[in-house]
Amino acid sequence: MVHEVPTGTDELVADLVAAIGPDRVLVGGGARHLYGRDSSIIDGGHSGPVCFPDSTEQVADCIRAAVAHGRDFVPRGAGTGLSGGAVPCNDPVVIATTRMNQIHEVDVERRIAWVGPGVVNLDLTRHLAGTGLHFAPDPSSQQASTIGGNTANNSGGPHCLAYGVTSAHVAAVEVVLSDASTVVLGEEVGDAVGYDLRGAFVGGEGTLGIATRIAVRLTPDPPVVMTLLLDFKSIVDAAEAVTGIIAAGIVPAALEIMDQKVVQAVEKFVSAGYPLDAGAVLIVELDGLPAGVAREVEIVKRVGADNGVGTVRVAADNAERELIWKGRKNAFGAIAHIAPRYYLHDTVVPRTRLAEVIEKVNAAAERHDLIVMNVFHAGDGNLHPLLMFDPREPGTLERVHAAGEEIVRIAIEAGGVLSGEHGIGLEKRRFMSLLFSPDDLAAQRALRDAFDPLGRANPLKVFPTGASCGDVVGLTEIPEGVWV
Amino acid sequence: MNAMEDFRAEVGSSGPVCVKGGGTRWSLGGEANTNVRVVHAPGGIDSHDPAEMTVAVWAGTTLTILAEVLAEKRQEVVLDGPPGSTVGGSLSVGWNSIRRQRIGTARDSLLQAECVGADGRIFKAGGPTVKNASGYELCRLLVGSLGTLALTGRVILRTRPLPECSLWLRGTMSPVEVERSCYRPSSILWDGSNSHVCLEGYGADVESEAEGLAEHGMTEVAGPPDLPPDRDRWSGDLPQGAVLDVATGVVHRHGSTVAPEVDPAVKVIAHRLKANFDPQGRLNPGRDPYQMSA
Repeated sequence: MVHEVPTGTDELVADLVAAIGPDRVLVGGGARHLYGRDSSIIDGGHSGPVCFPDSTEQVADCIRAAVAHGRDFVPRGAGTGLSGGAVPCNDPVVIATTRMNQIHEVDVERRIAWVGPGVVNLDLTRHLAGTGLHFAPDPSSQQASTIGGNTANNSGGPHCLAYGVTSAHVAAVEVVLSDASTVVLGEEVGDAVGYDLRGAFVGGEGTLGIATRIAVRLTPDPPVVMTLLLDFKSIVDAAEAVTGIIAAGIVPAALEIMDQKVVQAVEKFVSAGYPLDAGAVLIVELDGLPAGVAREVEIVKRVGADNGVGTVRVAADNAERELIWKGRKNAFGAIAHIAPRYYLHDTVVPRTRLAEVIEKVNAAAERHDLIVMNVFHAGDGNLHPLLMFDPREPGTLERVHAAGEEIVRIAIEAGGVLSGEHGIGLEKRRFMSLLFSPDDLAAQRALRDAFDPLGRANPLKVFPTGASCGDVVGLTEIPEGVWV
Repeated sequence: MNAMEDFRAEVGSSGPVCVKGGGTRWSLGGEANTNVRVVHAPGGIDSHDPAEMTVAVWAGTTLTILAEVLAEKRQEVVLDGPPGSTVGGSLSVGWNSIRRQRIGTARDSLLQAECVGADGRIFKAGGPTVKNASGYELCRLLVGSLGTLALTGRVILRTRPLPECSLWLRGTMSPVEVERSCYRPSSILWDGSNSHVCLEGYGADVESEAEGLAEHGMTEVAGPPDLPPDRDRWSGDLPQGAVLDVATGVVHRHGSTVAPEVDPAVKVIAHRLKANFDPQGRLNPGRDPYQMSA
């Protein structure tokens, strides 16, 4: 249902159309409904006009028009975000950067590429095929999510364990601020002098401005890659193995756990030969030079044995390696038959406490009579419990909410944090005060206000506030195709 | 009162104040104003959790002591500096190690900071875990800020495993050729006539790559070349006696250096930041991170 159009919209639309052309501005109810949400559980956002600029200047024009008419603006990439960061509150101008999808320049020698914010993550790596380089951040949404969105959310993914999250791969970024001025933050090579404004911008969830060109660092492909699949009797044993591998002094390229429910669902879908009777499987990827990788394979096997591993399967070739990953990366498409809806969480705990936290999370879900499934980035303690439910059952949503809040509290009590890679957005803003004191939040506010003193860039996100975001509600409907 | 409370009380909430670590790079970004009260952050290692690969440490701890403690568990942090440098001082300067290609940047290594703000109140930035997307990236702003936004008392840093083997080679191969011949070497330096490369990792891999480089005339040496104490951004020239860090574009050199020009649009944000964090300008007056040359 699209609500009434606020007054003054006609003049705003006229200015937007004059700036970027009639075919680049959508004002119909269908479009405003479509762009009223992202891939989070949050529904009911209210979008104003939706713009599709194709240049830095056009982004600036859209922002200028929005602010001149007293409207906020909300940047949007592919809309795959999971925390409601792109959900528009109170009829803002939505600025979608999907048309800015050019790979402007690839400098193989200097290992830098300048890209538009609308370039899809995987498209860049595909474009680099044959150069011996790739773009390291690999969120599970990488087939759809954009590098602009990855930058706004400081996205992770399985391989950020060894290679670092998006921030480590963004050298510089051209940004349009809420006063419509343009600024380049960072340097192609090395660190910029002065305050690390680039580092502050990455992960700003679209509240600091809009990235219009991004210089990303390219990573050399590793000479040797080995992928191992280990199965354990229980998820606790698998988690203990992860702690043991890190404690052994190695940093694998990836360490991913899937519990039995996920494995059984995924196996039906991809037939990767996952063991169906295992309590959990652990995917370990090791890469680098040959002797080191061989040594680390032996270390992983030994730590596995210490923790009661069943079998250790070492992928014999690329095809087998890809099959093992296919299961992991498509886990969320495979679980639909368990329950019609799921609520995906994202918290981080110290990796030495993974096992105990997972037990507590599973117990919490059980107490609320919910099925919980676990598939997550174990190597950096980044949990992703999925609460499965049928919203048609009376009282279910209340139980899902209650269990969700308990999971957040369990993570924080264990010395963890609210989010590892999905961000705060609208979804977790009410939990910020669990982790941060009013003084902590005031310092964060000082950062935000330095970029956006007008408070026009994607407001009402991140900070806890009593202010409402239209009719936003959570958990009424879950979109198809959600990634983690 | 714990050490953080003591530090907060020392900083207070009024009057200009500057923080001193080891004083090894004291005049970077401008001299501190005279007659400014000098405070010192607490020292000591709070806890090292090798299995978590993090260390909680007070900002006044020297890098030497921290390195010794971490080395007992075969770990290290990315920070480095002249003898006497402290954790807080090195973070405040924000310079990267020449081994950055292996161990990462100073800005990536700070997970959490407990600070005293200009209003004399304690705030925390970041979080204790190795991955965190909860709220704004305040920690990154603190690194390289020369203590102009807040004074850091205690931090949690990411640690890294020490390499099993570390080897420096020198020769006339060009830095570009060296980079092409090795897989992610820890460091490549250029002194105008020679490349210096640091290979680190497992012994057999290091030996194998070193053999490859030896075929191009690179020979093993005891360590990196002597690095002059000052830093500059590379502009295409390499003065006599200077050494270029190829990955970072930083020139290690002797003598006065010039701060690079900064886009006024960047300075606008920087001024607002300073005004929001320290409206009275009481923290480290006289220092300006934009007056650093690299």
